[in-house]
Amino acid sequence: MNFEQTDFYTQAILSMAALVGLTSFLMLGQGRLLRLIFVFALQGLLLTLTTTLAAYSLDNPHLYISAVLTLVLKVLFVPWMLRREVLLMNMHRDVQALANKTTVMLGGASLMVFSYYVLHPIVQTTSPVMLNALAVSLSVVLLGMLLMISHRQAVAHVVGFMSIENGLFFAAIVATKGMPMVVELGIAFDVLVAAVLFGIFFLHIRTSIDSLDVDLLNRLHETDDAKPDASAIATGVEL
Amino acid sequence: MNWLIAIFQTALFVALAPLLAGWLKCCKCYLQNRKAPSIFQPYRDLRKLAHKQPVVSEQASWLFVTAPYLIFSATVLAASVVPLIAVDLPTSASADVIVMVGFFAFARFFLALAGLDVGTAFGGMGSSREMTISSLAEPAMLMAVFTLTMTASTTNLSEAIAHVLGEGLVLRPSFVFALFALLLVAVAETGRVPVDNPATHLELTMIHEAMILEYSGRHLALIEWASQLKLMLYGVLIANIFLPWGIAESFSPAALGYGLLAIMGKLLVLAIVLALAETLVAKMRLFRVQEYLSFAYLLGLLGMLSHIILEAAR
Repeated sequence: MNFEQTDFYTQAILSMAALVGLTSFLMLGQGRLLRLIFVFALQGLLLTLTTTLAAYSLDNPHLYISAVLTLVLKVLFVPWMLRREVLLMNMHRDVQALANKTTVMLGGASLMVFSYYVLHPIVQTTSPVMLNALAVSLSVVLLGMLLMISHRQAVAHVVGFMSIENGLFFAAIVATKGMPMVVELGIAFDVLVAAVLFGIFFLHIRTSIDSLDVDLLNRLHETDDAKPDASAIATGVEL
Repeated sequence: MNWLIAIFQTALFVALAPLLAGWLKCCKCYLQNRKAPSIFQPYRDLRKLAHKQPVVSEQASWLFVTAPYLIFSATVLAASVVPLIAVDLPTSASADVIVMVGFFAFARFFLALAGLDVGTAFGGMGSSREMTISSLAEPAMLMAVFTLTMTASTTNLSEAIAHVLGEGLVLRPSFVFALFALLLVAVAETGRVPVDNPATHLELTMIHEAMILEYSGRHLALIEWASQLKLMLYGVLIANIFLPWGIAESFSPAALGYGLLAIMGKLLVLAIVLALAETLVAKMRLFRVQEYLSFAYLLGLLGMLSHIILEAAR
């Protein structure tokens, strides 16, 4: 079946999939925390729209419930909570200079190609065109991981984690026509609990190292202080 | 007969380009609460410049004098490749979109050389900046265009537009990306606001104006006309690739007239969008332009990837 022969809903859902992928890339290149959170909320909104579209086109009413859950949790609650944390800790003016932005972006693009390559044999054997979006959802997962690796702020790590969850949720929609309600509710509560736990973690990290920059955690190593001495001894021995 | 229509279309292109520039200026003036000049002001400016005697520096070589003619004719040739009011014309059949990009590169090369030729500081600065920006913009533009050509499986613009027309209304994710990538590239390539400001001669920021600072009289008129033509070319490219409806598929006078009306309407709207963007967005620092253009490239790349991944046939 060719793309232009599919119905309008499938085309719309696939376009949404592409936009979800784009928001992942936007998050990857974002140095400002508030904007990062905004783009994350945008991804959630796109996901909500996709779920609603899927619910309508597949005539699957319980997908509406998961759309509402996504809207409440990932568009409103989690971004609101993260935003409050950022404003509370006065980090909204910090611009994190991403050291190798172009490399990270190109890495993201190659991750997308990689996920297409991995899923190609699976997708090829099935018939619905909507499954094409599976590769995008896998790449959203991988891009979320890349986001966690490349950013140093703990808030960015949480956003990365949540966007991994977004990718999985998206895969569930396009591949299974909606998971059982129990699973969806379970995941929703997982997200809620994770958000609360992260809030507590933020508090602890901040009280112990007075910042949310996880690179500073390296300072707790004793080896960092010991290193210069060791090298001095080593050079002394050589001399 | 077909050749006649092709020549007519190119002439129309050349004749309408200052009108688009005038309309754009009008929109900008209204948006910024200023009194707008007449929509025909660019024509008057061109006539005034054409009547003036060009002043050429003693140090200038033959290149400086020839460059405006070369730039203008290369841009006109590029314009002849792009279908304006009708598809299936012999000029657009003989050259494809890569040739068009090649014409642009040719014109830019001579413009940069002419900027360097007289040896003033501004000329050299402008040339170096222009080449920097275009070296980043060109891949992004080609990437966006390749997305289109992969869908239509041809690099010929006329055939690709006919393909999009024949397909009807299909919501393609790759086209969304390609459209935005092309919009960003068009803004950079025609020297509009976030990248370059065509309205000022501020030393620190100018790019295109810096290169043509030494030109006067009819040489300046030709270069100005060529840059107006380039603006219109990008506008037509965007309008006709992504919203080709209305373009004439037969050569009857009624269809051609309808095609002309359609493209003028599309450009009217596109100019309003551009004027809005120019009013809302502040000019970027020069060193942020590469970020902007790499985003355009990323969009083009994503467009191509989503064509391969999402629009695969079964």
